[in-house]
Amino acid sequence: MSKLKVAFFDFACCEGCQLQVYNLEEEIIDLLELVEPVEWREAMTDTSDDYDAAIIEGSITRIEDERRLKSIREKAKVLIALGSCATTGGVNNLKNNFEMQDVKECVYGKDAKMPHLNTYPTKGVSEVVKVDYMVPGCPINIKEFSYIVRSLALGKEPKIPDYAVCVECKMKENVCRFEYDEICLGPITRAGCDAKCPSSGMWCFGCRGFVDKPNINAAKDVMAEYGKTIDDLRGKMLLFGSKQEF
Amino acid sequence: MTKKVNISVNHVTRLEGHGNIRLSASDGKVEHVEWQVPEAPRFFEAMVRGRSFEDIQTIVSRICGICSVTHSLASIKGIEDAMGIEVSEQTDKLRILCHYGEYIESHSLHVGYLVAPDLLGQNSVIPLIESHPDVVKTVIRLHRLGNTWMEIIGGRMTHPITLKPGGFTAIPSEQQLRELRKSIEEAVPDLKTLIKVVLSLADKLPAFDRDTEYIALKHPDYYTFYHGDIASTDTDETVPIQRFESVVNEHVVPQSTAKWCKWHRDSYAVGALSRFNINADMLLPMAAATAKEFGLEKGACNPYLNNVAQVIECAQVAEHSLQLIDELLTTGLKPEPVKVKPRAGEGVGCVEAPRGILFHRYAFDEKGLCTKANICIPTGQNHANIQKDFEALAPQIIDRDQNEIRLLLEMLVRSYDPCISCSTHYLNVEFV
Repeated sequence: MSKLKVAFFDFACCEGCQLQVYNLEEEIIDLLELVEPVEWREAMTDTSDDYDAAIIEGSITRIEDERRLKSIREKAKVLIALGSCATTGGVNNLKNNFEMQDVKECVYGKDAKMPHLNTYPTKGVSEVVKVDYMVPGCPINIKEFSYIVRSLALGKEPKIPDYAVCVECKMKENVCRFEYDEICLGPITRAGCDAKCPSSGMWCFGCRGFVDKPNINAAKDVMAEYGKTIDDLRGKMLLFGSKQEF
Repeated sequence: MTKKVNISVNHVTRLEGHGNIRLSASDGKVEHVEWQVPEAPRFFEAMVRGRSFEDIQTIVSRICGICSVTHSLASIKGIEDAMGIEVSEQTDKLRILCHYGEYIESHSLHVGYLVAPDLLGQNSVIPLIESHPDVVKTVIRLHRLGNTWMEIIGGRMTHPITLKPGGFTAIPSEQQLRELRKSIEEAVPDLKTLIKVVLSLADKLPAFDRDTEYIALKHPDYYTFYHGDIASTDTDETVPIQRFESVVNEHVVPQSTAKWCKWHRDSYAVGALSRFNINADMLLPMAAATAKEFGLEKGACNPYLNNVAQVIECAQVAEHSLQLIDELLTTGLKPEPVKVKPRAGEGVGCVEAPRGILFHRYAFDEKGLCTKANICIPTGQNHANIQKDFEALAPQIIDRDQNEIRLLLEMLVRSYDPCISCSTHYLNVEFV
């Protein structure tokens, strides 16, 4: 069986999701039996235009990024969006709460007009090209990444959870964050993270994006039970999911 | 016939973020050599405006995947400074311990996965899995130790969860700390192997000295990564972190789109070698012995030796962590619920990232909403120094083979362990 040729490409992000691939530790050695990285700037010098799977990390924030992404899409048989910045725009979406001119002037002052500082409102990868698979999360769950890549290398169809973080959180027997008078996005956010944040004393801020069809009525009930409204939930969504609607 | 050398590297590999190298020379004379940064700007300082102090750490941790603990700590220190929040000794020690996990993870990744291939004549770590399996496995074990360590204290390997203004949202159990202590102790032989490997390859690091100014945090009592004032090898006086803008002096230069920094000279360096040059006399025994093995002494000015300083720091943080854990276990861990009442104010947080000193400044209104932010990252402070190194190094090596010149320039950039996706901005923000 020939190995799956994979290439990593990064756009506007912290590169922390690529870093998770290193965090597979010894498992990388096993994974290399199934896949052959042909381009991975963070790890290797080689580059290639011949790949089966393009793994895209980061958000699209410039017209030149959009062109580069489209050219990658043309070469790739499958395209995987890696991490929140790629799947939903992630934390970069916060920029979209402001006028771009204001954002540039805030950071670059009088140099804001310089052409290389051009930026447009953040887009997730799927707003520019077709995405075949996504590995959500900020950062990604490395086990999920490994599972998806293995599945593709073996010709299987990977499936990621389509139920809420609350399910995993309950299984961990955590006290509900609403009990602490916090607003938690667990009821509408896609599971698969092992409910890491609520298990560490934090509310869920929705980095994995929402389940396909968030049960808004149930979320409303939860909110009402704790004397909160759906608008409170919307306020929390701004951090990672401001693009998503429900 | 004129002999031309033209080097153009787009997106230098094996480093975090995007940087380019340009060099042109003819008949052994360097006409142009430039270090460029084309990273997509991400505008964090603009994005945090209007966000609650409670959300700042969650947001700015995402500036960098490799130094997310450092960014988290700098932000919460800045918030605490702005709101007059004091933290307990337990919080202080746990934070430093968490930070040390990041050092083991980041330094072992850099030396083992990104630099070692250069020293062993390979393009990546992948061929080393076959040619040097024991070395790769040693690096993997150390890397995993750093990650598990951050997960135990920070709640996650990358982008920590528990580090918040005022304290921790959750603390590890004493049992977890005991286990961590055991795994650090067990990792000492691996650390020694790493030291031995780097020692055996140290002659592959190019001999290139260029005197420059080194800047790092300094504390009177210990080799610091977290507390202290700003110190320089050019002066005996230290500067409180609240006045960091007077040290970094960000300015525009015509040949670079990224802003440069300078203090007493036209450039300065930050990172492991800077910390070593300022604090080496306070290294703990294992790290001091490691420095001696390498023959590294204060005053070293070969930028490639930053990689050696990183290895020495791995020994330093491992040794200090054992002490910290013992102290924590002696006093016993107790939950300390955090409830911060926001107030208006402005403050600065400064922490040493693995790749150099990092500054965060924030202002908040009375509701605790952020009104202004200014973040000055280590790699931004190194850009001018990298350029000055290029200008000094290129003429010395210009008669060599083009591929070798290219490799030496790339290795020079890599030795700084740059983290360009930290790219936030390179401008002073006026705080009123």
